[in-house]
Amino acid sequence: MSQEQSQTPSSLITSEEEWLADQVRRSVWTGPLSKFIDLLDLIYNWGRRNSIWPMGFGLACCAIEMICTSATRFDIARFGMELFRATPRQADLMIVAGTVTKKMAPAVVRLYNQMAEPKYVVAMGACASGGGPFKEGYNVVSGVDKLIPVDVYIPGCPPTPQALLYGLMQLQKKIDRQSIRDVPWYRKGISEGVPEPILGPDLMDARRLEEITALAANPEQLAARAVQFHKPTKGEKKE
Amino acid sequence: MAANAPAVTETQMPLNDPQVVAEKIKTQYPDAVEAVSAQGIVLKKDRLLDVARYLHDTLAFDYLNNVTSVDWQDHFEVVYHLTSIDRGGAPITLKVNTARDNPSVPSLVPVYRGADFQEREVYDMMGIRFEGHPNLRRILMWEGFEGYPLRKDYKEPYYEEEKKPFGSRWDQGYHVFAEDRNPWHDNVQYPAHLDALAYKPPRESVPVIEATQAATTRLRTDKIILNFGPQHPSTHGVLRLKVTLEGETVRAVEPVLGYLHRNHEKIGERNTYLGNMPFTDRLDYFTSMANNLAYAITVEKMLGIKPPERAEYIRVIMAELTRWQNHAAALGFLYNDLGAFYTPLIYALEERELILDLFEATAGSRMMCNYMRFGGVARDVTDDFIDKCKYLVNERLPRRTDELEAYMAKNELFLARSKNIGILPRDLAINYSTAGPVLRASGVKYDVRRAEPYSIYDRFEFDIPTGTVGDLYDRFMVRIAEMRQSIKILKQALEQIPPGDIMTGKKNYQVRVPKGEMYGRAENPKGELGFYVVSDGSANPYRYHVRAPSFINLTALNQMCVGHKIADMIVILGSIDIVMGEVDR
Amino acid sequence: MAFGLGLLNGLRYTASRVVKTYIGDFKHLGRRYDDKLFKERQSVRGSGIFTVQYPEERLVPPENFRFIPFLVYEPALDENGQPMMDPATGKPVVGKLRCTACGICAKVCPPQCIWIVRATTPQGKPKPQPAEFYIDIDVCMNCGLCAEFCPFDAIKMDQVYELAGYERHVSHIFDLRALSKPASYHAQIHPTDWAREETERKAKAKK
Repeated sequence: MSQEQSQTPSSLITSEEEWLADQVRRSVWTGPLSKFIDLLDLIYNWGRRNSIWPMGFGLACCAIEMICTSATRFDIARFGMELFRATPRQADLMIVAGTVTKKMAPAVVRLYNQMAEPKYVVAMGACASGGGPFKEGYNVVSGVDKLIPVDVYIPGCPPTPQALLYGLMQLQKKIDRQSIRDVPWYRKGISEGVPEPILGPDLMDARRLEEITALAANPEQLAARAVQFHKPTKGEKKE
Repeated sequence: MAANAPAVTETQMPLNDPQVVAEKIKTQYPDAVEAVSAQGIVLKKDRLLDVARYLHDTLAFDYLNNVTSVDWQDHFEVVYHLTSIDRGGAPITLKVNTARDNPSVPSLVPVYRGADFQEREVYDMMGIRFEGHPNLRRILMWEGFEGYPLRKDYKEPYYEEEKKPFGSRWDQGYHVFAEDRNPWHDNVQYPAHLDALAYKPPRESVPVIEATQAATTRLRTDKIILNFGPQHPSTHGVLRLKVTLEGETVRAVEPVLGYLHRNHEKIGERNTYLGNMPFTDRLDYFTSMANNLAYAITVEKMLGIKPPERAEYIRVIMAELTRWQNHAAALGFLYNDLGAFYTPLIYALEERELILDLFEATAGSRMMCNYMRFGGVARDVTDDFIDKCKYLVNERLPRRTDELEAYMAKNELFLARSKNIGILPRDLAINYSTAGPVLRASGVKYDVRRAEPYSIYDRFEFDIPTGTVGDLYDRFMVRIAEMRQSIKILKQALEQIPPGDIMTGKKNYQVRVPKGEMYGRAENPKGELGFYVVSDGSANPYRYHVRAPSFINLTALNQMCVGHKIADMIVILGSIDIVMGEVDR
Repeated sequence: MAFGLGLLNGLRYTASRVVKTYIGDFKHLGRRYDDKLFKERQSVRGSGIFTVQYPEERLVPPENFRFIPFLVYEPALDENGQPMMDPATGKPVVGKLRCTACGICAKVCPPQCIWIVRATTPQGKPKPQPAEFYIDIDVCMNCGLCAEFCPFDAIKMDQVYELAGYERHVSHIFDLRALSKPASYHAQIHPTDWAREETERKAKAKK
């Protein structure tokens, strides 16, 4: 993350403070332009946080609370987010509202990949955060952060519209703290996107295929990985 | 009324008793009946189709309520519930047994079209093949999924113990993430020696239909298959439709379901009876009070208890408020699909917000109410609630109903887009097992509150509005009329509500239901919601099945959409009023 | 009947609503965030603008509202009988948790999101106190059955819904410290329940 700037040759560093100052100079863009960059950040983030366009991605019950948030009583338009785009190509924010099932997982990842940077993901509800009450099911992904990176988690089942608005305000605060010096979409190189999971005998995460094959061929190693939970018997003492 | 009505005496006799029906079957097919009991008629597998045809044609059992299956560990049992539209009353139960290895049963689709999706679901969940089914593929899980989930020997990846409450939570309950307990560190399990890198998913099936080409076409047209993906602003949730189009005309529609399959039935078998109540909230998430009510009356029938008077009135008030707000929201979304983007929807949602305020003040949550208990309701309603409810019912709700009707009923655009679109003829509506406003709009005067009255609905005066043609306009008008009838029932209930207890017996979380089975049903705003509960005498259900009205109403989608434009298909889907939480459970 | 009259009739309603909201707005010019006006606007008899200007205005949850559970503790009392306040947190010092670790809430919870470890005496006998108590709020479905069936009024449903955060693996597992709140808080958010419980407790103490 270093830029071309004055770098003190290592032979001239004599104390810890100087070393630290040198590291900061190497890593952080400071200098006369820094105040201007801060002002630019202010305007850039102000524009972005006040006009986030969510993608309508209501999956289940939380979607109804999302619709109620965009209705008259809890007017999400006051935050600039009334324009729910149907297509991910025009959206900034994916509010994952509802349980993500394994059958739906490839679609979720594909939609995330189709969104253009800068993009954010809000996991709304207990199901999207961590599987929710349906976590024990065989067709439920325990939290959408198993598939895509999440920025804000909003717990609740379902979170009331006011809770959702609070979560969106937290997202706005997060956007305020970003700076064009280190945002990922101005880095060099193309982001590959998340590989889509494959619907096989069970959902297969495409980043773990070798691991799955190796473990499936080695049952003892597989069994050793499970953390055993303590099943109490009557009269047993706590260790 | 019925298309081919035989002699009046035979169809008018009370035929709800399994013994009587079994005698009649024996006169025709002497060797078909294996056993008869109060729980139903057990038939021989190879005579099933003949008996079904006999019941349908001669005894006028024209409506197939429910097809489900039970895993009795040494054999499988497929259970059917049939009613007659004209006679009403409780359904009769037919059962067929089949062996555990290579289970197969003849399909009832040639007689009852409504068995289509339900038999596919039984195949998907239990692995029972249905011979003669036109399209036997998995419906809720994907092709290539390994295992039949509702079998008793299927252990899901996060399997902990057979029944709740789990011993690991108390006394020595150290918190463990379920991911860490599973060896794959995720909610997955794979067969041994799986080669994940070389795995190729099975080819997606593509609908193939013959399109009739018009005699004179200047343009050479071709069919395309359009995927209305699970993420679409107008599919009312994660529904996927494979539409075969010719130009802009729809030739075939095939719904692909299961994108919200949250394993309600498997979790239901692990839960206790009381623990299932909050899960029923999440089936049709618009009508959580009505779902609670249907489940509560099913288990109360099995327990043999009745709630006190005040609780019954409270239940009816909550159910009818739910019906009003569900229809208002459904109409709002219907207007959305038609293109009146959002304005009528937010007007309808305003009154819904006020009703949800009432629910929140009483039950604790706007949508997931968890309010009914076995023997009554959880909390009492205050005088403030009655006062606010009376104001709503007398002033605001009728005004809003009139407004919702006045926006569109004479609107020329709406009339042009909804008259004679999506027609479902009367006999097909019955044969497809549709229920609720979809059935009534096709001219069938059938409502579970009249056919098999539950709670105290037999004390209230209300009409059953029906349509004539069965098109989009009729479904719309039937919903408006039902909103008015709900207001009528609410007025009566709010006048008559007595003071008193709200619960029979003491608060009890360890409900033990005696051994037996029950199919309990209620008239949900979307149709007939049925719960089929089989109990083995313990604190957890042995089998727990939900007869979801939206799921079965979707069977008729293809019939209604063929020949119309694709823009009409969206509106027809909106008029069936589906909720994916219920379709996929 | 001219073609288009039905359309205009529908548009009439929209126009009348626009007018009504402006009338409502002008009637209350200058009293934008008035509490009394807000309550009136949000009630069944309200008219005009229906919007809740969150976060400046907040809809107060009703008493029965349930979100995440919390454990009730009796605060420690000083020599005058007043609750001692912890200067670091500003909250009453924990005197005694009402919870006896009976485990009924863990048994009745439908998704099994409550984990309880019962404390033991140094001799190894079980003590009616929880040593550890975990609730995973990513599994909790806010059903309220734990609060409904607790025989000691020890676990109640909280009304705080502003819990959104940036991570979930640590902050969404509520442990004993995060769950404990004083009985005065319970009395504040559930006044009628508190009154009923107090009368029952006093009646039982008399017997």
